[in-house]
Amino acid sequence: MPNTRDRTPILSPPSVATVALLTELVSHLRDNRTHLREEWVRLITEAELLTAMSRDEIFAEATSVYDSYVGALETGTMEALQAYARDLSERIIPRGVETHEVVGIVLLLRDVLARSLFAKYRNDFTILNRVLDAYEPAANRIAITVAVGFVQERERVIREQQEAIRELSTPVLQVRERLLILPIIGVIDPHRARQLTEQLLRGIRTNRARVVVMDITGVAAIDASVANHLVLTVEAARLLGATVIVTGLSPEIAQTLVKIGVDLGKMTTVGDLQGGIEEAERLLGYEVFPKGGKPGS
Amino acid sequence: MEVPILKQGAYLIATVQSALTDGDLLQLRDTLVQSVSRHRARAVILDVTALDVLDSFATRTLRDLAQMIRLRGAEMVVVGIQPEVAFAMAQFGLTLEGIATTLDLEEGLAYLDGSIKPNRIT
Amino acid sequence: MVSIRSDADIVAARLKGRELALSLGFSAGDATLVATAISELARNVVQYALRGEVALWSVTSGRGRGIAISVRDEGPGIPDVGRALEDGFSTSGRLGLGLPGVRRLMDEIDIESTPGRGTIICATKWRR
Repeated sequence: MPNTRDRTPILSPPSVATVALLTELVSHLRDNRTHLREEWVRLITEAELLTAMSRDEIFAEATSVYDSYVGALETGTMEALQAYARDLSERIIPRGVETHEVVGIVLLLRDVLARSLFAKYRNDFTILNRVLDAYEPAANRIAITVAVGFVQERERVIREQQEAIRELSTPVLQVRERLLILPIIGVIDPHRARQLTEQLLRGIRTNRARVVVMDITGVAAIDASVANHLVLTVEAARLLGATVIVTGLSPEIAQTLVKIGVDLGKMTTVGDLQGGIEEAERLLGYEVFPKGGKPGS
Repeated sequence: MEVPILKQGAYLIATVQSALTDGDLLQLRDTLVQSVSRHRARAVILDVTALDVLDSFATRTLRDLAQMIRLRGAEMVVVGIQPEVAFAMAQFGLTLEGIATTLDLEEGLAYLDGSIKPNRIT
Repeated sequence: MVSIRSDADIVAARLKGRELALSLGFSAGDATLVATAISELARNVVQYALRGEVALWSVTSGRGRGIAISVRDEGPGIPDVGRALEDGFSTSGRLGLGLPGVRRLMDEIDIESTPGRGTIICATKWRR
């Protein structure tokens, strides 16, 4: 018998005829829910997936996943499944579940259900073909939806963690009244530059700072866009009433700034951090006493 | 939208209450210029804490205002620019050259009283 | 959709823009950038075309969520779009439409203009 099957694109929503067929499949899958779900959980354990979770937990999640899966097959829409996938991901990511496990279990479910359909319709090749034509694209859409949902959630978590680390690595220090020091170390990409600016402006407002010493001794080099951003930050700080003193400007960075057209004469720069702090104190009206003695008060 | 203006000694303090239309800004400008003359004020403090956006029109108008009152012997201080607004202005490329800016009214008064050094680009 | 006819409409449009941006999860800082961009573009409409429309909507793509602005008018049009986007004009001077500034505030900007017929400016900002 010729094996002619229409190729439907795996990502397109189902056609009307397909929907009717899917309804029949969905009934079958619902009627056989108990043993299919057990079969699936057995395979998950055999494949050593979701080892971070207990058998009871796997079973509980499996039930929800199964129902959401069949629900998505029935409606042909992915919204509910997407929401469920995100929710599930939020729960299992902290448990240490990894991407290959999530993709793995969804594919296993797809196969368990496919086998069940094979068994049911094995006597009529024509109908089996039509069933698979309806089932496969839908099952693939589901697998993709769940996998992508999981990956996106993971990426979001990782980004959050990176933010947190970045925040920790760049404290804004209040040293004296009205004086803030912002030591910057390492590589600054546009994203971190933006974060620094926000931290700085917030810091100026919270601490009512009038002078900020931004020390970039620990920064090797910056590109033009980050350099622009630096200038922008100084401007914005000024609008909040704070003067920014940049210290630790390396010759390379000075060159970058000049190249983008910054008039270094307009930007307050001092060689090193100590000098910057002294200049800041001078601006704030503190007297700076030479080492070795204070005049009597 | 009326902007309330208070007289405190030789200073005039104008406090913006909400977003201002272009017309409101021009009216504010003219009112302040007249008030400076009438009261022989030495400075105008404009509190823009409640201003949602400071765009090119607002910036131009404020600079015009500063210039006009400078001709009448008064100084302009803009206070309370929100951090987000400051960032947007810097990103856009707007500066308030010739106008002193401080964090808030308290700082503005301290500046005028001579306790802090000028923070403006001249 | 906000109809732009007077300076009060500029404020209305930018407040709507801020509201939409915040509801889409944009930070306060980014919402202000969007509001400022809308203010500039809407003002150009009032100043040069007398009348126009601002439409705001949310967009989604591989980059995630974003906010899109479209400002259209039937005004005199921009004769040289390329030049208008250059940083030559003083943004707070009397010349210039502030377009280079708007481009810095937003992530994407697209301008279509026919002298004598009108202008459509679309700009998008993506949520970070």
